[in-house]
Amino acid sequence: MRANDSAGAKAPAHEKNMVRELRTGILFTLVSMALLGGVYHGIVWAIGQVAFSEQAEGSLIRDAKRGVVGSRLIAQPFSRPEYFHPRPSAVNYDAAATGGANYGPSNPNHLTAVREQLSHLIAINHVPASQVPSDMVTASGAGLDPHISPDGADMQVARIATAREVSPARVRDLVQSHIERPTSGFLGRPRVNVLELNVALDAVLGLAPSRTPTRESTTQ
Amino acid sequence: MVADYFAVAVVVIFTIATSLPIGRYIFRVFTDQRTWLDPVLVPIERLVLSAIGVDATAQQGWKAYARSLLISNVIMWLVTFLVVSVQHALPLNPDGVASMEPTLAFNTVSSFTTNTDLQHYSGETGLSYLSQMAVVTFLQFVTAATGVAAGIAVMRGLAGHRLATLGNFYVDLTRATFRVFLPLALLVSIVALSQGTPMTFDGAAQVTTLEGEAQTIARGVTAAVVSIKQLGTNGGGYFGPNSAHPYENPTPLSNLVETWAILVIPMAMVWTLGHMVRRRRFALVIFTTMLAIYIPMVVADVAFEALGNPAIAAMGVDQSAGSMEGKEVRFGSALSALWAVSTTVTSNGSVNAMHDSLTPLGGLVPMVGMWLNTVFGGVGVGVINMLIFVIVAVFIAGMMIGRTPELLGKKVEGREMKLASLAMLWHPLAILAGTAFACYVWTTTADPSTALAWLKNPGPHGFSEMLYEFTSATANNGSGFEGLGDNTPFWNLSTGLVMLFSRYIPIMAPLALAGSLAAKPAAPETAGSLPADSATFGFTLWAVMVILGLLMFMPVAVLGPIAEHLAVR
Repeated sequence: MRANDSAGAKAPAHEKNMVRELRTGILFTLVSMALLGGVYHGIVWAIGQVAFSEQAEGSLIRDAKRGVVGSRLIAQPFSRPEYFHPRPSAVNYDAAATGGANYGPSNPNHLTAVREQLSHLIAINHVPASQVPSDMVTASGAGLDPHISPDGADMQVARIATAREVSPARVRDLVQSHIERPTSGFLGRPRVNVLELNVALDAVLGLAPSRTPTRESTTQ
Repeated sequence: MVADYFAVAVVVIFTIATSLPIGRYIFRVFTDQRTWLDPVLVPIERLVLSAIGVDATAQQGWKAYARSLLISNVIMWLVTFLVVSVQHALPLNPDGVASMEPTLAFNTVSSFTTNTDLQHYSGETGLSYLSQMAVVTFLQFVTAATGVAAGIAVMRGLAGHRLATLGNFYVDLTRATFRVFLPLALLVSIVALSQGTPMTFDGAAQVTTLEGEAQTIARGVTAAVVSIKQLGTNGGGYFGPNSAHPYENPTPLSNLVETWAILVIPMAMVWTLGHMVRRRRFALVIFTTMLAIYIPMVVADVAFEALGNPAIAAMGVDQSAGSMEGKEVRFGSALSALWAVSTTVTSNGSVNAMHDSLTPLGGLVPMVGMWLNTVFGGVGVGVINMLIFVIVAVFIAGMMIGRTPELLGKKVEGREMKLASLAMLWHPLAILAGTAFACYVWTTTADPSTALAWLKNPGPHGFSEMLYEFTSATANNGSGFEGLGDNTPFWNLSTGLVMLFSRYIPIMAPLALAGSLAAKPAAPETAGSLPADSATFGFTLWAVMVILGLLMFMPVAVLGPIAEHLAVR
């Protein structure tokens, strides 16, 4: 047992203590950096490769014809009428430089952005403001929210049915089958994954007639 | 609304229930008792201790313990500063991230070394994979362990009877790292992986969207970082938007596990305290007092966010889902509000919604959590901060009943009160003086042509952005009102320094206090003393926290969030 604390420690002993102290600190830093910065990551990586390889690579969605079309967890931009549109993104869906708008609730720029998005949604979907849910006019935290609320999807059904020249009921059925319920019935909110729903739209209803012919890779 | 509160209640009750066995496990680890994980973890502990040449039985007095703590942290700071400053030239950088410039490197490394994890960079563009691993992950383990070690040492002092030593810092640090955090981090990493958090050494994914546009999706060694970020009250996200990013928090289930991970060790440390001082009732009183602050904050914040934004309601948009700006649909407003409160009361600072976009009062509640900084608090240091309030409460109660103040049979005298006051007063001083200084710099340097300069939001909300930044740096929290353009030399240097002082003053002063208490004899309590494990004391403590801990922040609360609330109402 040693008590390093005695007030009468002599200078040479103190210097020796200091050298030992520095040596211990440096060794601990290097050893634990190797274990936690290296080995630990290797273990988690290996578990991912063995048990959760899809998720470990980023939950990418592969399409037989089109290759990798996105990640089921990452929103992508949609502006064509035949697809469901995601929530607004402060970073224009840039999944390499993410972020929120960080507008405070009283910021005039924020309220202008909300008002513009609301007019846009009313114009393209021909619905009254009362049918627009708040998630569709506000930017998400990361700008990559892959989901919209079921109301946000319902609001777009008529537009998509018209663009694809199918009955609204078929589109609505597809939305219904894609609603994710709260986990165990109480955790989280009901939601629809926009990319998965759009992939299903293309798969079930075929590519929309309005699709531009320049997309040769996708129209074969 | 009822469903929201039900979900929130389930999460909180589940976390409290699991904190009990974990608190007991931590107690057993630090008192050389057998645990069921020993066969796997004790060999790792032995390996590390022998590699660094530390004798597991060597004891240190408070000065030696504090010196080892400081020196180890300085070395960690220097080594990681070097790594981020030259990361461009180092391996494991598939996306070609540049090295950090000096003031940003100073801020980043100070932030992670102090367990704050305030981030003035965005992970996907600011750090290479190697830096995420060897700097971020490494520091998130060892600085959390530093906090736990300090907390355990203070508890030993409190429990001691004519005791000259507080334990051995490196033994405590190693045990906290490899026997407390490592197994839990592996567990949480696996859950995160299963829910969709990536873990890959490949660079960003290049995809062509359904509409034919190119999209670059940043990913990386995320799962390993997310777990320890939550467990160690670190909060430093892998990506810029932290756990609002779908990769860092993909589902409501991952959100449950991450919320649990934020709270569970800070809660468990209170039970550990009860075991260490052999007064389970004392721990129960402390825990209940903390809950009596935490629960009202959660209830209030869930309600504020559920109200939505009246200005958007005026446009005719339904606000029944609550305020959704800066929030994710999969969580909704209630689980975001629960997280906002939990991450700020515990000094964690990870976010699953943008705090800058919370409703005015909804954004005030997280600030209150950081102003107190001890309702559960950071791992280890939360209990230490609470002990400071306990000492002050004991002193005030002693004055009121006209007896010498006593805590667990030990006399609380002038030296203890001075040290407690030092730790307690630094906190508001740094927050209020720092905010005042930032306001001064802003008003004198802001270019009229770019009227807002580093602020994203005008009016009282802009003031809140600066107030929040210094509050977060001082509380070693790390969350932010991220509209603030904080990657400037002014913010990098000022908050970097504040984080360093605010980490080490409230650790050093209580260690000295613990050393002083440890040496005192523990006298049996008499009929005249106010027992610290009584409901009366719990109420006194609660009142001291609310009155002394919060009242001095009332003026800034009025200038920022409350003024904004009255304006948007």
